[in-house]
Amino acid sequence: MNLLMIAAVILVSAGAFFLFIGSLGLIRLPDFYSRSHATGKSDTLGVMLVIFGLAFTQGLSINTAKLLMIMGFVAFTNPTATNALAGAALRFRLTPWFRQDKNNREH
Amino acid sequence: MDKFFLYLSIILTVIIFMPLYRVVAGPTLYDRILGAGAIATKTMILILMIGLAFKRLDMFIDITLAYAILNFIGTIAIAKYLDTRGPH
Repeated sequence: MNLLMIAAVILVSAGAFFLFIGSLGLIRLPDFYSRSHATGKSDTLGVMLVIFGLAFTQGLSINTAKLLMIMGFVAFTNPTATNALAGAALRFRLTPWFRQDKNNREH
Repeated sequence: MDKFFLYLSIILTVIIFMPLYRVVAGPTLYDRILGAGAIATKTMILILMIGLAFKRLDMFIDITLAYAILNFIGTIAIAKYLDTRGPH
């Protein structure tokens, strides 16, 4: 168990923690905009950390380059998809949730 | 080291099943699409763990890349469709 493997275990565990936080926010938060806030940032960071940790286990090979390529791809596309979906929801007047209209949550 | 990734893939399976609640019981259509996208994003990591378990990571990395592209194009296509037609 050398130093690279320890770094890989720490990075992958941190990534799994952020994936868990993203899933928890997707379940617990009150409306669509806050849910997209949770899953758009936490999932991106979690996937990037897990793939970066996996790149440490592969040494210096073609697999490392491809893993870093997937990491850059996820870093661009996952916030783009979330932004496009939230923009489509905003353009068709999906109202955000405020604290004063508690009985008006089901839009 | 292999055992760590095996246990992590078990934990990841539980994490993948959590947004399925939002897909089934989401109040709006956007919540369902968001939950499906979150499931697909986490499934990429699960495919990489399967590649580590089979010791064929070079093949499963390409599958992961294709899966990421499919997830992105699917979500963008649904978002553009809802942009022009509306959710009804």
